[in-house]
Amino acid sequence: MPGTQVETRYVGSIGMEVHAELLTESKMFCGCRNAFGGEPNTRCCPVCLGLPGSLPVANRLAVELVVRAALALNCAISPIAKFDRKNYFYPDLPKGYQISQYDQPIGSGGWLDIESEAGPRRVHIRRVHLEEDTGKLMHLPTGDSAVDYNRSGVPLMEIVTEFPPDMSSADEARAYLVKLRAILTCIGVSDGKMEQGSLRCEPNISVRPEGSAAFGTKTEIKNLNSFRAVHRGVQHELARQVALLRRGDRVAQETRGWNEARGETVLQRVKEVEQEYRYFPEPDLMPVHIDDARVGLIRARLPELPDAARVRLVDQYGLSPAEADLLTQTAAWTAYFERAAGLCGNARATANWMMGELARLLNAANLEIEQCKAGPEALADLLAMVENGRISGKMAKGVWEAAFETGEAPAAIAARQGEQISDADALGAVLDSVIAAQPDVWQALCAGDEKKLTFMVGQIMKQTRGKANPGEVNRLLRERMAGGAQ
Amino acid sequence: MPLTLDDVRRVANLARLELTDDEAAVQLRRINELMERFESLRELDVEGIEPTAHSAPLHNVLREDAARPSLPRDEALSGAPDAREGCFAVPLILEAS
Repeated sequence: MPGTQVETRYVGSIGMEVHAELLTESKMFCGCRNAFGGEPNTRCCPVCLGLPGSLPVANRLAVELVVRAALALNCAISPIAKFDRKNYFYPDLPKGYQISQYDQPIGSGGWLDIESEAGPRRVHIRRVHLEEDTGKLMHLPTGDSAVDYNRSGVPLMEIVTEFPPDMSSADEARAYLVKLRAILTCIGVSDGKMEQGSLRCEPNISVRPEGSAAFGTKTEIKNLNSFRAVHRGVQHELARQVALLRRGDRVAQETRGWNEARGETVLQRVKEVEQEYRYFPEPDLMPVHIDDARVGLIRARLPELPDAARVRLVDQYGLSPAEADLLTQTAAWTAYFERAAGLCGNARATANWMMGELARLLNAANLEIEQCKAGPEALADLLAMVENGRISGKMAKGVWEAAFETGEAPAAIAARQGEQISDADALGAVLDSVIAAQPDVWQALCAGDEKKLTFMVGQIMKQTRGKANPGEVNRLLRERMAGGAQ
Repeated sequence: MPLTLDDVRRVANLARLELTDDEAAVQLRRINELMERFESLRELDVEGIEPTAHSAPLHNVLREDAARPSLPRDEALSGAPDAREGCFAVPLILEAS
């Protein structure tokens, strides 16, 4: 009977390839500008168009940025790295090959630590190498394709996790990418913009019956351009493979694309096997020697990394590890937090405000914290005004929204909107008029009907159009009640 | 070991080349002649010689990261058999073969 059978349990294995465009001024092998967007084919030259007779020259900064990233990911740096040609024929590559690194990548054998619901885990990194990005294909209404080579030749770093994979769930896959992005943005190697495609992630996924030593056939997912998409895509693909195996089918080795609208992966292409890329050493580029002195210099210039910043934020400001994670998601977040907390002297309120109101407004406006018009100084001023009672917490929200929108100083906005009334005489006068207007309610309250308190506070708020300091109103009411009961 | 006609067809497919039977046969003969010459390298004694990807005694030939003007777009597109909307226009390539 099927009901009594124990269902086979499956375990997932997830590896990840991450591509990050490097923050250089020029492309990898030519002087065309490295930028996003713009009119198609306006940042191209004979080298990145693959015209005959053109020769590549490697970008020194790009090599250095990859060494920096490899060091931040605890990799060993290869003393001699070289470039290789990866051959495949597709219109996104004008030369018919991509310059990449095959057997002598710049970095290898690293790791990074993640934390997810399943606990802490070390994810091992097999290699970090340098290559060039491809052009972009767009489909034309006529059925042809249009190619824009502005992106062709942009320096691209590839980071590949170790096999056998350390990750087994969608949570871990997301946590890995979040941490990797935090590191790469912190060290100034990548801008981390997944929505613009400057950071791209391709997880490979397989499942196998629990206890089985052999790994299942893996599929690769492309087109994941947010952390949420990575989580959903991996989760969907794990479930799809388990469902296939449960009904006796096989998983085919293929590349699948994530369809965000439909919430599922769809077949893209059957992958060519590795030797069909016919890698061979790039004859146009000489090897790169990276000596210990150079590595030492680059290592010494590394800034505080997210893991260290996280530990420090917990120690120094009494934040929880989860809060510290959020506030170290990029170096800009950490810097914003430390500046605001330092100015207003209230780290707790700063953390709460950043994770609540600031994060909410940034998300809604689809902005990065660097683009935020209200800087840490503005937040510190706002929090100081709340703390000394000049404005209420409720009013602060409105002031902050205006500051976020316009960049105007919170003090100026608060002054215009009318500050909170904390003055005892002013509030006393309002209180007198409310008591006079509601003698029955006041009697009931003094007789011990506490529920009437809210009503009275509400009346006072109404008269002052919300500007009364609620704490002060409560204090005055209690004072009068004590007097009235005598 | 000489290559077979199947090898030639597979490599031709990777380069998206269409070969007639006659052309494939000619290519097979030529490639095998070439392979024979490479085979002769096996006779060399390379004991104690480090493998290298390059014969020139050069390394770290690098340029500083500085942007330079690119080609005007018209010029960039001038060699294209077909260009539309500022782009190179190519036939739709089906990825799955």
